[in-house]
Amino acid sequence: MSVALVDYGAGNLTSVRKALAAVGAEVYTPAGPADLTRARGVIVPGVGHFGSTRTLDQAWRHAILERLDHNRPLLGICVGLQWLFAGSAEAPDVPGFGVCQGLCGRLPDIEPATGARQKVPHVGWNTLALPRWSRLFAGIADGSHVYFTHSYAAPLARGTVATSTYGIEFTAAVEEGLVSGVQFHPEKSGQVGLQVLRNWLTEVT
Amino acid sequence: MLAKRIIACLDVRDGQVVKGVKFEGLRAAGDPAELARRYDAEGIDEVVILDVTATLEARQARAHTIRAVARELFLPLCVGGGIRTEDDAAAAIEAGADKVSLNSAALADPTLITRLAERYGSQAVVVAIDARGDGDRWTAYTRSGSASAARDVVEWAREAAARGAGEILLTSMDRDGTKSGFDCALTAAVSDALAIPVIASGGAGEFAHFAEVFRAGRADAALAASIFHFNTHGVAELKQFLHGQGIPVRL
Repeated sequence: MSVALVDYGAGNLTSVRKALAAVGAEVYTPAGPADLTRARGVIVPGVGHFGSTRTLDQAWRHAILERLDHNRPLLGICVGLQWLFAGSAEAPDVPGFGVCQGLCGRLPDIEPATGARQKVPHVGWNTLALPRWSRLFAGIADGSHVYFTHSYAAPLARGTVATSTYGIEFTAAVEEGLVSGVQFHPEKSGQVGLQVLRNWLTEVT
Repeated sequence: MLAKRIIACLDVRDGQVVKGVKFEGLRAAGDPAELARRYDAEGIDEVVILDVTATLEARQARAHTIRAVARELFLPLCVGGGIRTEDDAAAAIEAGADKVSLNSAALADPTLITRLAERYGSQAVVVAIDARGDGDRWTAYTRSGSASAARDVVEWAREAAARGAGEILLTSMDRDGTKSGFDCALTAAVSDALAIPVIASGGAGEFAHFAEVFRAGRADAALAASIFHFNTHGVAELKQFLHGQGIPVRL
């Protein structure tokens, strides 16, 4: 069950690699787009700036699409989820993968309901709302806490399967066919996070 | 709703937790990995390893400790103490730390904050500030609190955030070890001045102190060491207490 963890220079992958190994995945880092052909599943991780996804050029996009054509699932984590959308206000000139509709925007620094100042970035454990059944959250309770660290967030979309709220309600997870994404860090979210990775891996056969 | 984080600090020297540890049923009471597992099972939100080892071999020893703790811990892990250079930080992160905490090194060369934030992202860079009060002002101290850095704490915290720090770990030297409660005035002054999270540290003696620092101190997270080390179910009980007080926590 060989999973490609795409290292495009967006931060440290040690924790993701370790969590995937803990749930039984065999992980490799593809040397380039051509090295994706043996992947049974693809993960686009990422911390930091949306602009770093500029590295995921046409060759990478073609290689990932080719995997999807072969029924190999794709999971985006954090900036990797944002990349699934059309783009982000954080780097307006960098197009996203565009599987999901809408643009990612900066979280509000005023809590609209109360008018109180809130800190951005959104860092820490927040609750998930699970409006409907999904593969990613099978066996996970509505209201479970997961660990976030981000300043930009994706809007609600057709494929949204989990939301969280920080001033505004945003997409915490999407499923769109073989494409999934999570805004939180499953590798840092305790047993709930490991279960999300396990659930995704059941698609990787 | 975003939960207030409860963070356990492991003070490590030569691979062993050095503050008193009285957990029952541990094979080795001072083993950081075993203690971290225990805290994880009790519901801790994050773990900080403060490595006070001060030898030339410190970096290798630290990497070994980090690897051992990180192996089975799927929570944020921050490592501080003796991170002086970009290489020290890289070694800690490669060993499994998600964040590094800079203190004296950031005061001596604030560009280190920016270099690490550019390399690993701001979420990986914590600036630790040891503060000593004088009236309603606080001064940052350096070298494990042994020397004044002659910097106003609020002003230094602002600069650290502007240079790319993702969080501030704020320790009251006046309260540390006293068990008389966190310094809420200090914590609120720094938290109100910044858009990044502030972790309060120093002075935790009873559960009510955590409620105070989340309310009056406007802390985003609170860190403690010995209060947890001496309680078999300290973390879980603390969280139940805070939940009962209407403070959002991860249960």
